[in-house]
Amino acid sequence: MEDAARILQLIVNGAASGCIYGLIALGFVLIYKATEMVNFAQGDIMMLGGFAAFSLITWLGLPYWVGGLLAIIITAAFGYLLDAVVLRRVIGQPQFAVVMLTLGLGFIFRAAAGITWGYDSVGFNTPFTNKTVDIGGLVLGEDNLSIIVGTVLLCIVLYLFFSKTRLGVAMQAASQNQLAAYYMGIPVRTIFSLIWAISAGVACLAGILLSPVSMIDVNMGGLAIKAFAAAVIGGFGSIPGSLIGGVIVGIVEQFAGYKLPAGFQEVTSNVVLLGMLLIRPQGLFAERMGKRV
Amino acid sequence: MRHLFRTQYQQDIALFRHNGDRFWYGLLMLVILIAPAILGEFYIGELGGVFIFAIAGVGLMLLVGYTGLISLGHAAFLGIGAYVNAVLLAQGVPFLVTLPLAGAFTALCGAAIGRPTLRMSGLYLAIATLAFGSIVGTVFQKWTAVTGGFDGFAVPTPYVFGIAIEGATGIYYVSLAVLVLVLWVSANLLRSPTGRAMVAIRDSEVSAQSMGIHLARYKTLAFAISAGMTGLAGALFAHYVRYLAPDAFDVLLSVQFLTIVFVGGLGSLRGAILGAMFVRLLPQFIAIVRDDLPFGIGRLPGLEPSLFGLSLVLVILFQPAGLNGMWLKAKAWFQAFPFKRQASFRRQKSYARSERLR
Repeated sequence: MEDAARILQLIVNGAASGCIYGLIALGFVLIYKATEMVNFAQGDIMMLGGFAAFSLITWLGLPYWVGGLLAIIITAAFGYLLDAVVLRRVIGQPQFAVVMLTLGLGFIFRAAAGITWGYDSVGFNTPFTNKTVDIGGLVLGEDNLSIIVGTVLLCIVLYLFFSKTRLGVAMQAASQNQLAAYYMGIPVRTIFSLIWAISAGVACLAGILLSPVSMIDVNMGGLAIKAFAAAVIGGFGSIPGSLIGGVIVGIVEQFAGYKLPAGFQEVTSNVVLLGMLLIRPQGLFAERMGKRV
Repeated sequence: MRHLFRTQYQQDIALFRHNGDRFWYGLLMLVILIAPAILGEFYIGELGGVFIFAIAGVGLMLLVGYTGLISLGHAAFLGIGAYVNAVLLAQGVPFLVTLPLAGAFTALCGAAIGRPTLRMSGLYLAIATLAFGSIVGTVFQKWTAVTGGFDGFAVPTPYVFGIAIEGATGIYYVSLAVLVLVLWVSANLLRSPTGRAMVAIRDSEVSAQSMGIHLARYKTLAFAISAGMTGLAGALFAHYVRYLAPDAFDVLLSVQFLTIVFVGGLGSLRGAILGAMFVRLLPQFIAIVRDDLPFGIGRLPGLEPSLFGLSLVLVILFQPAGLNGMWLKAKAWFQAFPFKRQASFRRQKSYARSERLR
């Protein structure tokens, strides 16, 4: 019985951290589907979002919900500007130029955050910090539960947005075929910038949800490498796939920390990633594609 | 202005375009050879570092600049080369054997990573190498029986034909020899069918494939060669630092290597050398001006990585041909003086190129 409870707890913890990976991966996938760019600075945008929330809540004394929402909006605006000002310029350059550009931007964000907020870890009080709920003898942290609930809510919102609203459908159209979307009168460039905004907003939400579990610090963007594992498992192009991939990575990581000697937990996600590329490089939820020349 | 009149195919693929090139490169070689007699120990040491980074840079240039793939894990290959060389030397194997072995083993590692990932788009290689680099870094730390972990690993002094390679000058000459070898191999490779296949893959995978180029095979080959050259650089790097620490081979070092390639100028071997000079000399430059900068900018902890990031961003946005491109433009300006026109180097308007299969 003791063991079963322990395992259930590991699964919940793993699913919670997996949701964070999934959220970051969701940001990758949104941008990748639309513009074929991979944003290696996604983790650093999450870090900036976390710090924005920290400043609003701790320095300005706003309530958690207001501060969090405002931080998401600010980060989303930042994402919009990032695309409109910087990344739009490299359209037409080869893919690896974008990889290097976003990687370089990530280093700049890290230095900027270090200058602004310092290199110490910070945290802010959330309604979920250090609270637990007891479900039939199973003790779970509210912080972990809040991550899972937040992710599920976000998914519902995003699903409704992409399938029901005019803007969401336009985004789908622009992702599927840019040229056809142009012909239909969709402002594709603005749409792409808006997709960057959504992706940055999602990253900021991930940072806020993560803050009760682990502190916010300049190097938290390193989580992005785990999100890559999540995205690759999901097939790099599938939104539900990236979330499921994230949960898989999170749970595997928790069990690796439980069963294997110390130090192996950090590389589990990398091993899972390489293993996935060996066995099934197209991911679990790949779309079949062929090319007409 | 020199106009080349080519009458033979041999002239098209010659290593040196004309006698002017032969003269200037020969002069440069001579200056480099006698430099240790003129410059001080410190500068020779720094130049040795530049040579070692240039070897890795040439290797990465073959991959990024000529094959169009990107690797974020070349620091791991440098580390593998360094540890293989150091561990074998400590076992008593002579240096002339360990150096090629380090390169060959690293090339094998590269092939092993490249083979599965290169079936997919180049993007997957970037992600897989990022993961590979972090795994290898952990292995260096945890496999204490071989690498010594965080205690470090003292690299034995190498001997070539009974002569100890010690001090800055010894490393300088050995690195120079390897660099010249690597440059010669690369230049020869690039004018061979293999090199042209690599360039074809860079320019368009679909058309390369339709010309009968086996994509996965050539990509893996390019990746293995690139990793092997980086392994050679690693073996020399071990002697350069003389004490191996497992945390030296992190992502930041991989990004430095990529900075070499991008800042130097994609698709030119000369660019790799210029880039290596930039990357090695930038920290020295920061150290010199550190105290003179206003607002204490010089003392910020994350200054160096952010400057590498900034130079990457600026080069990609404003000068995609890098230092090599600047050199070519300056040369063209002088050659055409005073007839340089505005449109000479204007970038063409470009549109999104889809890699997506649909």
